[in-house]
Amino acid sequence: MKLKNSNQSLLQKIGPFIGLIVIVLIFSILEPGFLSMNNLLNVLRQVSFNALIAFGMTFVILTGGIDLSVGSILALTGAVSAGLIASGIDPIFAMLAGLLLGAILGAVNGFIIAKGKVAPFIATLATMTIYRGLTLVYTEGRPISGLGDNAAFQMLGKGYFFGIPVPVVTMLISFGILYFILKKTTFGRRVYAVGGNEEASILSGINTDRIKIYVYSLTGLLSALAALMLTSRLNSAQRRQVKCSNLMRLQLSSSAAPA
Amino acid sequence: MIKMTNISKSFSGNQVLKNVQFSLEPGEIHALMGENGAGKSTLMKILTGIYSRDSGTVEVKGKEVHFTSPKQAEDAGIAVIHQELNILPHLSITDNMFLGNEETFGRSGIIKTKTMEQKTKKALLDLGLDIDPAAPASSLSVGQQQIVEIAKALAVEAEVIVMDEPTAALTDREIDTLFATIRELQGRGVSFIYISHRMEEIFSLCDRITILRDGEYVGDKRIAETSFEEIVQMMVGRELGERFPQRNAAIGDVKLAVKGLSRKDCFEDVSFEIRRGEVLSIAGLMGAGRTEVAQSIFGYKKADSGSVEFDGRAVKIRNPKQAKELGIGYITEDRKSEGLIVDFTVEENVSLTNFSAISKNGLISKKKERSLYDSMVKRLGIRTSGPEQTAKSLSGGNQQKVVIAKWLGIAPELLILDEPTRGVDVGAKKEIYSIINELAERGVAILMISSELPEVIGMADRVLVMHEGKVAADLPKAEMTQERIMHFAAGGGNHEVKEQ
Repeated sequence: MKLKNSNQSLLQKIGPFIGLIVIVLIFSILEPGFLSMNNLLNVLRQVSFNALIAFGMTFVILTGGIDLSVGSILALTGAVSAGLIASGIDPIFAMLAGLLLGAILGAVNGFIIAKGKVAPFIATLATMTIYRGLTLVYTEGRPISGLGDNAAFQMLGKGYFFGIPVPVVTMLISFGILYFILKKTTFGRRVYAVGGNEEASILSGINTDRIKIYVYSLTGLLSALAALMLTSRLNSAQRRQVKCSNLMRLQLSSSAAPA
Repeated sequence: MIKMTNISKSFSGNQVLKNVQFSLEPGEIHALMGENGAGKSTLMKILTGIYSRDSGTVEVKGKEVHFTSPKQAEDAGIAVIHQELNILPHLSITDNMFLGNEETFGRSGIIKTKTMEQKTKKALLDLGLDIDPAAPASSLSVGQQQIVEIAKALAVEAEVIVMDEPTAALTDREIDTLFATIRELQGRGVSFIYISHRMEEIFSLCDRITILRDGEYVGDKRIAETSFEEIVQMMVGRELGERFPQRNAAIGDVKLAVKGLSRKDCFEDVSFEIRRGEVLSIAGLMGAGRTEVAQSIFGYKKADSGSVEFDGRAVKIRNPKQAKELGIGYITEDRKSEGLIVDFTVEENVSLTNFSAISKNGLISKKKERSLYDSMVKRLGIRTSGPEQTAKSLSGGNQQKVVIAKWLGIAPELLILDEPTRGVDVGAKKEIYSIINELAERGVAILMISSELPEVIGMADRVLVMHEGKVAADLPKAEMTQERIMHFAAGGGNHEVKEQ
C-alpha cells in the first residue's frame, strides 16, 4: 500500500500478528476446544462490536485526533433505540433513528474540535461525560427490555448468514466499505492529509474542518451501529454498557487498531 | 577572544563556507552581516560545536578548540541566544533560568526552589528587570524573555554571547532596553556577536562588522570608519551574470488589485496591482509583513480592512479553497511545514491541490493521478526515484519543485511565490527562474516575495519594498538597484537615496 512508512521495520508491521498467533497457540494448547469452528465464530462475533468502533477510530486517529466518547455514544444510542422499540415504534425506524443520533453526537464532537479549536482529548472527554449523563437521565438507571420480536432487529445481533453470525458479516462488509473509502476516495486521501500536515492541507485548499466533522460523525455512526448489534444481542439496553471498565476496553482496543 | 581562520564547510557537495575568517576582541560588540544564505548561521554553528568544520582553525583565548556540542562551547564561555527563544512558557521564570542546571539538596533530586528564586531575582535585577521569579515565563514580553535568556547565559559565566536577530520580534522600546543591557554588559567585559539585517541597529550598537557573501569572507570594518553605502555594497556586490534567464512576457491587463489592505500589528495600508504576465516582487526585511500580505490575499489569515479585486471584480477570499477556485496558487515560504506533507509520496503531494482533476464523484482515478504526476515530473524536471518516493527524502530543490507542481496543476492565473529559492542550490534556482518566466510568458501574474536582492532585480518587472508593515517604495525595473532596495527596506527615507 502507499503511504507506507519506509523506516518502519517489518517486525513492527507484523508484530501484532505475531502476538495474535502466539495467543492462539497458547489457548489452543490450554483448551483443545478453542480452535473449534463454533468457538472461533463466537470470538469473532464478540470482537465485531469493538471492531466497528475501531474502524471509526482509525479515521479519527489518522486525522491526529482521538475520540474518548465512543463508549458513551454506544450506550446512549443503544438506549434510545431500545427505548423507541419498547415504546412500540417501528423497530426499523428506531434503528435508523439510533444511527442518525450516533452520527449527530459524533458531529457535535467534530464541531467542537474543528470550529471550537478544542483539543480532541479534552472535547471528547467532556462529551463522554455528557453523553453518559444523558443515558442515565433517559434510562433512569434501569435496563430497557421487552424489545419485541422484529425479525430485522433480532437478526442484527443474533442472526446467522450461511452459518456466520450476522455481526461478523456486518463487520466484514463495513471493513470493505471503509477500506475502499480510505484508500480510493478523495475523502480518504484528505483524512490522511489532515493528519499528515494540517497547515499544508489548509494551504492546499482542503476544508480541514469539514473533514474532521465528517470523521467524528463516522465514528459516532459506527458506534451506534455497534450499539444496535449489542442491544439486539443482549435483547436489552443497559446503562452498564457505559461502565468504566467497558469504556477503557473499547478505547484501548480502538487506539491499538491503526498501529 | 575568538579567532576563526580559513573555515570551510560543505554539505553534500554544496560548499557553504569558503576560507572564512572571523575574529572577536574581548569586550567587543561585533556585527556579522550578509544576505540570507551567506553562511552566517553556519559559521556560528561551527563556532558553537553544532557543526564540525571541514578545514580551518578555531581558537578561543589563544587555544585551538574542537567543540563537538553546544554544551562544550558553553563550558568555554560561549553562549548562543537563538532567534527562536528557548523559553518554556508554562514553567516559571526561575525554572527556565535553571533548566538543566537545577540546584538540589545534595543528590536528593529535591529542588531548592527558594534559593533559585532568590538568585533569579538578583540576576534579573542586575539587568534592570524587576519581576516575580515564580511567575510563568509566558507572562513575560518577548523582550523580557530575551533578558531572561541573557541572564541565563550570564549564569553559566558566558564571556561571549552570540545573538541571532534578537530584535526581530521586539518593539522599539524593548530594543532600547536590550541595547542598554548589552552595553552595560560590554562594560563588564562581555563580548557579543550580533547577527542582524537591520543596518541602523548595527550602526548604533556595534564596534566592528564582518561581512560574508556567498559563503566567503568579504571584509571587516570598524563601524566608525565605514558607511551604510559601503556595507550594502560589500554585502550585495556581485555579478548577476547568467543567473537569470531571459523573459519575453507581454504585460497585459490588471489581474489583481489590492487596496488599503491592513491587519493590526502586521501590515498597514498596502496597495498594489499586478498585471497578467508581470512579475512583481515584494522585498523587505524579515518581519516586514510580506508573507502576511500574501497570506491575506490567499485567504489564509484575514485582513482587518482593505479590498481585493481579481480581474476587475471585487472579491472576498475567506479561505485558501476559494483562492484556489479563483485560480490563485500560493507557494509557501516554509515548504516542510506549510507546503508539503512530508510523509506522503511525491505523487500524493502533487495530487493534494488537484483532486478535481484526478477524481470523479469522490473516487480517485489511479490512472489520472499517475498521468498528472508524470506530466509534472517532466515539465519541471523533478528528480525522484519514482512516484512512490516520500517527499521528505527529496533534496531541497526537488521538494520546492514538488510544491510548484502542486500549483501548476490547477493552471493558476496568479501565482504567489514566497521565497521560492530559499535553501535551494544554484542549479535548481535557475530552473525555478525558468519556470517562473515560462508562466509569465503564458500570461500568469506572478507575485514573488524574496529576501535575495539579486533574485529580485534579476526577476522582477517591478518591486514593492516593505518596511515595518508599510510599502516604503514601488520601484520600476529601471530604478531597481540593490542599494536602493536595501535602503528603503532598512527604513531609510527618500531624501537619503544616493544613486550609484
